[in-house]
Formats: sequence, structure tokens, C-alpha cells
Amino acid sequence: MWDYTEKVKEHFYNPRNTGPLDGANATGDVGSISCGDALRLMLKVEPVTEVIQDAHFQTFGCGSAIASSSALTEMVKGKTLDEAMKISNQDIADFLDGLPPEKMHCSVMGREALHAAIANYRGEVWADDHEEGALVCKCFAVDSQMIEDTIRDNKLSTVEEVTNYTKAGGGCSTCHEPIEEILIKVMAERGETFVAAGAKKATQAIVHIEPATPAAPKLGMLARIRKIEEVIAAVRPTLLADRGDIELVDVDGKNIMINLTGACSGCQMEAATIAGIQTKMIEALGEFVRIVPVAKAKATACASHGGK
Amino acid sequence: MSAPTPIYLDNNATTACDPKVVEAMLPYFTEQFGNASSMHSFGNKVGVALKAARVKVQKLLGAEHDSEIVFTSCGTESNSTAVLSALKAQPDRKEIITTVVEHPAILSLCESLEKDGYTIHRLKVDGKGRLNLDDYAKLLSDKVAVVSVMWANNETGTYFPVVEMAEMANAAGVMFHTDAVQAVGKIDINLADTKIDMLSASGHKLHAPKGIGVLYLRRGVRFRPLLRGGQQERGRRAGTENAPSIIGLGVAAEQAMAAIELERTQVKALRDKLEAAILAVVPYSFVTGNPDNRLPNTANIAFEYIEGEAILMLLNKQGIAASSGSACTSGSLEPSHVMRAMDIPYTAAHGTVRFSLSRYTTEAEIDFVIQAVPPIVAQLRKLSPYWSGTGPVEDPAKVFAPAYA
Repeated sequence: MWDYTEKVKEHFYNPRNTGPLDGANATGDVGSISCGDALRLMLKVEPVTEVIQDAHFQTFGCGSAIASSSALTEMVKGKTLDEAMKISNQDIADFLDGLPPEKMHCSVMGREALHAAIANYRGEVWADDHEEGALVCKCFAVDSQMIEDTIRDNKLSTVEEVTNYTKAGGGCSTCHEPIEEILIKVMAERGETFVAAGAKKATQAIVHIEPATPAAPKLGMLARIRKIEEVIAAVRPTLLADRGDIELVDVDGKNIMINLTGACSGCQMEAATIAGIQTKMIEALGEFVRIVPVAKAKATACASHGGK
Repeated sequence: MSAPTPIYLDNNATTACDPKVVEAMLPYFTEQFGNASSMHSFGNKVGVALKAARVKVQKLLGAEHDSEIVFTSCGTESNSTAVLSALKAQPDRKEIITTVVEHPAILSLCESLEKDGYTIHRLKVDGKGRLNLDDYAKLLSDKVAVVSVMWANNETGTYFPVVEMAEMANAAGVMFHTDAVQAVGKIDINLADTKIDMLSASGHKLHAPKGIGVLYLRRGVRFRPLLRGGQQERGRRAGTENAPSIIGLGVAAEQAMAAIELERTQVKALRDKLEAAILAVVPYSFVTGNPDNRLPNTANIAFEYIEGEAILMLLNKQGIAASSGSACTSGSLEPSHVMRAMDIPYTAAHGTVRFSLSRYTTEAEIDFVIQAVPPIVAQLRKLSPYWSGTGPVEDPAKVFAPAYA
């Protein structure tokens, strides 16, 4: 069951101003039986002042279609035609304390019936290129037709662009699959192929470890420490140039503890620096190791006092 | 008439869990919490209870062996497992035969498989929801991996001749699966006497809880599991057993079997009474599907020139629960695919209401619904621009001239 507001239910159970209207001089018909909802709005307009003296409706449709029609008749009574023209579908929904996103089209139909009735009174032909598709984005009530037209008109090619243009997909993001399907269809019309942009991206460079050649003997403890020191010596000049420094604190199996000092410590690029050193270290040792920055107790105390 | 409300006539959607079922389940949430796979007494007792439940389900389905019963989480999982298994076990076969009126659990799966390159043959139905078996026979070939056809339609209750269709598939060397979630527990089923290879059932359609399904797998049918992992269900459906629900389903299966005669007699009589009484009083209404060959509990009535959701809301106000094939109840724009497939005109398709009874439905309830429905229909028709006085406006196309359609 839909989560209808009390006001929607009240207007559905006790619709106001129903049935044909005697003396009506304006009629607006919208919708059709195949769409599942159809609304006829009848108005009695005072010719001199153009004030709507009375309004009735007949509706074939669901609960919210009937409630929206009933609300509309109440809203327009006493208004001039020009005032009534300013009523938006959101105004109708607001009058009812809101409608579920799937049902917003009921309020749209109400506004359209009003425009059709006013056009009918004024002897104009009211036309609407109204086309509606299945609801795709429930967060922002965007239907497939709207998405399709927007993709076509603006030559869109990614879900992100669709979200930027229509808001569809910008909320819970569960409708990205149907949006991609519409993109595939419309892009095929213009001879393009949709390429998913949403593929997961690695957040860090992937380090490929070359398997140690069988002939190469595994590094001994001393040789390993020397290699580690060599890598640190190699990166030091770069760090010194940035007024920082690095020192080896300890080696515990795969964990190589280092201490970054000076400008490097707490620098925004610290994580990137450590990742870079780690990559070099893995390459040099031919095994996976982890660089672990450890702050010396003194340095920490110093930093907490505002540094130098 | 005093209202014996609430009146639940939406048993094809789900059923109330039987109190006896709940009672049987409760100990397995508390003292009998063990894992059936464990090598201690906590697990062992659960294992014994699961075995007993499996036998009860086997009997309800008329299966030859209890090992042919695989417990799953729902009918949808059973359907997906069956179809995907057939494809995986026979990689050279790239076609599936199904029907246009299947449940979304099959239709959406097939749409997705179509995008993956499989060919889907969807058998059409006539105005009463019946298949043409000649069309079906022509499609059977060694390219077809599986036929998946529902036993009874969820909206109209109309049966498909699955036993006969399974024979035809078997003769052509094609696997046959049936989605029988609406049929199991309502009609006699004896799978051992059929050539049905796989069958899906769902606990909550027969007074067991939600979250438990069954996949019947005929012994010897090639199978590839959907979920792999532990050895539960003999490796055919990994994942710790939902012990309380399986045990509950066992009780429900036993009760359904004992009550199957009631479905044929009492439930059918009440359904027929409801239908006849409404049709006699409400003009421009008719039964959809095939009235001569359908589930005993289902009545699907189309009320022309009004919309289903509005009917449901007014019924609900009087404490009557039913469902509708109208577009508005689902949030889609099209009325039910089943109604469209039977070519029910739009004037009626939006106004279909399904009343689905159970063996717990009483005559007093049906009498109340019989007197509640006609005024509701009249009230909504009074609001409809397509209705005038005692009948539809003469030429709806002329009288109602929308600025757009």
C-alpha cells in the first residue's frame, strides 16, 4: 500500500465537487483509459471578472488521481483565471501534504487539466507534448521518457551526466542499471557504444612483485638490512631537498619501521611518500614488505607543543 | 451485517503463518539452536528434525526420494537456481522456452539472460490465458537448455498443462522446470508420476513462514549449484540451513496435504459463490483467465471503467484485503503483463481485482465481501468520466476528448 498522507486519503474517501457541473463554460480533458488515469475538469467562469465560481471533476484513476482532482477543484474556486494559471503541480501536491514520487504524475495531470480547461474557455487550443515513461529514479521522481529525451537532446554518454542534467540517479543510486540501459539504447541510435565509467578504480598503484628467480639465493639477514639501508640512503636526498629526513628505526620481519622527521613529518604527502618508499623497498628486496612510520616519543611530545 | 473484519483475501500474495507452524518452530530459535552440521547433540537433534521435515515436503510433492528436496530461501531463489543450473550444465544449449505470463522471478531472469546472449522463446496465451501446444512442440530442440513454465498463474489461477508439457520436453530430450509456488499445497501433485525435472515451491504461500523455499530436483538431473560452499543440502545449496523455517515448512506441508480436500470442496465453493454473486449484481464485470481450469481459491474479476487501486483502497477501508493488476498499484505505467497478454482491453485491465481465498476463509467473510463490493464499484463509476448513469458513456472516444492521450 502506498504511503498516502491523511489528506490524500481524506480527499479520496470524501472527494469534493464530483460529477458534471451545470452551467460549466470551460472543460479540460486529459489522460486516457489506456494510461490508467483520465481527468475531466469543469469550470464555471464569471465572464467579466474571470473569477472561477465553481469547479467539478470526473476522474478515472487511482486514489491519488482522485484526491489530486478533488484538491484542484477546491484550490481554483474563487481564483481568477490568471491566478489559477499560476498553480503548479507541486502546489497541488503540497495542498495534499505531499504525494509519493510514483504518484507525482497525478498532480501533473491536475495542472494540465486546469490549463486545458482555461485554454478551452479562452477558445485556444491547448497542446502538450506530454509523454511519460516508467519511473526510474524514485528519489527525484524522474521517468524513463525524461531521461531518454535528455540523453538524446544533450548527447549524454555517462550516468554521471544524466544525474547532472536530470538529477536521476543522484540519490540512493539503485537506478544506475536502468539508466545505463537507456544510455545504451539512445547512444546506439547515434552510432555510439556506451562505456561504463563506473568500473572500480584502484585507489593505489598496484605493485607487481616479480617472483624471485630460483637461482637467486634468498637474502641473508645482514644483506637484507644493507639493502634496506641502501634504499633509504637513495631516497634521503629527495627528502632532504624538501627539508625533511628519514631514518631506519627497526626491521621486524616484513615490517620496516622508519621515522620521518622535519618537514616530511605530518606533511600532507606523507602517505604518498611512504607508499613510494615501500614500492622501492619491495623492488629492491624482491619480497613484500610494509613501511611503518613510527614517531619517536620525543618528536611526538615536541609536535604537541607546537613544534620548533 | 456485522463485519467479520479484517478479511484477508490476498492469499496468493502471502498467507498467514499457521499457529501450529509457529509453535513447531519456536524451540528451534531457543533451546534447539544447534547447527545441523555440528558433531554434537545440539546439532544432531536439529539434523533429525530437518530430515523429518524433508520427508513431509517430499510427500506433499509426491517425490520419489527425500533427497530430491532442496531447501532454498524462497521461490525466486529456486527459480534462478533451476534455470541457471540448466544453462551451466549444458553449455552448448543457448535457448530457453517460457511463457509471457510467468512471474517476474522468471521473466526478469530471462530478460537478463537475453542480454547475455541467450535466446528466449516466450509462448503467447489466448484470451483465456491458454497456451498453444503446437507452438510449443515446434520450439523443442536440442538447442533448448530448459523449459520453464508455471503450474498455475498467480493472477488468474489458470493452470498450464505442465505434466503434458514435461512429457513433450522429455521426449525431445529437454529439461523441464515448473514454477509451482501457487499450485503446491492447493492441488494434488505427484511428481514421481511425471517427467518434471525441477519444481519451485515457496513456504509462505502455504501457511509456512517467509524466507523458505523448495527446489525439487529429480534424481539424475544434471545440476550445478548456484551457491557453493559447505555440504548442506548435499552440496546443492550451500549455506547454513534455516532450521526453524524448514521445520515450520514441514508442519505446513503436512497440514496442506491433510486439507487438500478442503481446497477442492469448501474453498472452491466459497470462491464460486463470491464470483457468481458479484457478477450477478455488478454490470460490466467479468472473470479473467480460464474459469474452467484454474486454482480453486482464485477469483480475478475485471470491473470496467474504474481503476483497481481505488477499488482496493475502498475495500481496505472496510477491512477487506485483495490485490489488483492495475498499473497504479505497482508504480509502473502498464497494467499487469498477464492481463495485457490475454488482450484484456484497457477499459478493464486497470480495474482487475484478485480475490484469493484460503482454507481459513469463512462463509461469513465471503458474504460480507459480496455486499461490500457492488457499492464500491458504483461509487467509483459515478466519479468516472467514462460512466454515465447505469452504463458506460456511449462512445468514450467522442465524449471524452483529451488534449493528449
